[in-house]
Parts: sequence; C-alpha cells; structure tokens
Amino acid sequence: MSQGQYVAAAYGVVFAFVLVYVAIIAAKLVRLQRETAELLELVRRKDAAARRDPAPVVEARSEA
Amino acid sequence: MSTSAIRSVPGLALLTAGLMGSALVLALIVVPEDADQGISQRIFYIHVPIALTAYFCFGLGAWKALLLLWRGEERHDLESYVAIHQGTIFGALTLITGSIWAKASWGRWWLWSEDQLVLFLVLFLFYCAYFMLRFSLEDGPRRARSSAVYALFGVVLIPVSFLAIRLAEDLIHPTVFTRDGPQMSGSMFATFCVAWGAVTLLAYVLYRVELAGKRLDADLRDLREALP
Repeated sequence: MSQGQYVAAAYGVVFAFVLVYVAIIAAKLVRLQRETAELLELVRRKDAAARRDPAPVVEARSEA
Repeated sequence: MSTSAIRSVPGLALLTAGLMGSALVLALIVVPEDADQGISQRIFYIHVPIALTAYFCFGLGAWKALLLLWRGEERHDLESYVAIHQGTIFGALTLITGSIWAKASWGRWWLWSEDQLVLFLVLFLFYCAYFMLRFSLEDGPRRARSSAVYALFGVVLIPVSFLAIRLAEDLIHPTVFTRDGPQMSGSMFATFCVAWGAVTLLAYVLYRVELAGKRLDADLRDLREALP
C-alpha cells in the first residue's frame, strides 16, 4: 500500500464509523416510532372500549 | 435532558458537518506536507483529535459517576454510561487510526515495546470491561453505584496514558506538543485546532443523540408498564 492509501484508509475508517452510527440511530428511531404507535393504538382502543361500555357509577352509601 | 437541549441538536449537527468538512479540506488539501513524514503525517489531524476526545469522554464519564455517588441523582448513571460508551467508540477509532499511521510510518501495525500504545490499550480494555460489569448486574441503584465506582477507578489511567507519550524514553511515538509549544507551523496548528473542534463537537452531538434515545426508550418502557 502507498502512503496515500494509508491516509485514505485512516479517514475512511472514521467516515465509515459515522455512517454506521447514523444507521444504528436511524434503526433505533424506527423501533421507537413503532413502539410509540403501538402504545397510541393501545390507548385509543382502551378509550373506545370505555366509551362503548361506560363503567357503572357506584353511589356512595352511608353506613350510618 | 431538557427540551431546549434536544432542540439544539440539529443546529449543532449542522455545525459539526460544516466543521468536519472544513477540517477535511484543510487536512487533506490546504495544509503543506510534512518534510519529515510526508503524506502519512496527515493522519495526525484525525488521530490526535480522536484520541483527545476519547480521553475527554472517559473523563466526562468519571465526572458523571462522581456526581452520582456524591449527589445520588439517578440521571447521572445514564449520562456516565453514555459518555463511557462514546469514549470506547473513540478509543477504538484511536487504536485503528493509530495502527494505520504506525504501519505507514514505522512499517508495523503495532509495537508491544511501546509503553504509550500498550497503556492506551489497557485504558481501552479497562473501559470495555465496564460494560461487562454493568450488564452482569440487575438494573437498579446497586448497578448504578458499582458502575460509578468502576468508572472512577479508570480515571487514574487517563493521565498515566496521556503522560506516557511525554515520559517515554525511546520516543518512537512523536511528541508534537512540548513545553515550548506546538512543534509545527501555524497553518498545521490551525488545521489541528479545527479538526479537534470538529471531532469534539461530533462526540458531543453523538452523546446528546444517544442520551436522548436512551431516555426516550426508558420513558416508553415506563409508559408501557403504567398502562393497565
């Protein structure tokens, strides 16, 4: 290898690291987005179920 | 991390990209070739800033660990972990770029007889073992405290590794910064400063992004557990 190729290799390694890091962060963002969507869907379903079948109102009775 | 701190990340990332681009142009095109080492000396402008950033990240991790033990605030545990993670990544890059430079200049990828190389490897492996310790314990205050104590022990190795380059007797590893100042021309020093600023800013942006991701992950986990 020539001296210039060693220089290119050193800078290339750093550039590749930044690319890999960005790819990892992007993959993580996709996972977080999916988890957020799942949680939102769960909350919406619970909300819809609560509207369909409202919980019976229990009146407080005095024991006295 | 506050909302305003997260909002500043895109601006800082743009600034980092600009500085990195400038550093590349300066280091590979503008700055004159070194009379002694020739073109391979251009690795200096990426290798040394990365090594200094690795030391800084390990130091930051130890500082956050000290804050955790001192004040007992849980958030410092994650901050210490992310800083050490960054330090390990930049440490690996230091070893790789250093090996490439060694091969180009000395004709060898690694020299076990060089104390400064071996000491940096010891520092790197010490912080690699931090992750083994951390992930062998269950999540909680005990893990946070044990990890913090380990991170603090490692900080002792930072000045030893840093000074080894200056105290080494055989001086195969070049010493550019001496008591008489930087042993290079003004344009070379300016290029080094730009590259150092770019790499430090890159590490800071990556630190903030990783920290925000980990906190978001933890918040989502808590939210999932809170939902009946």
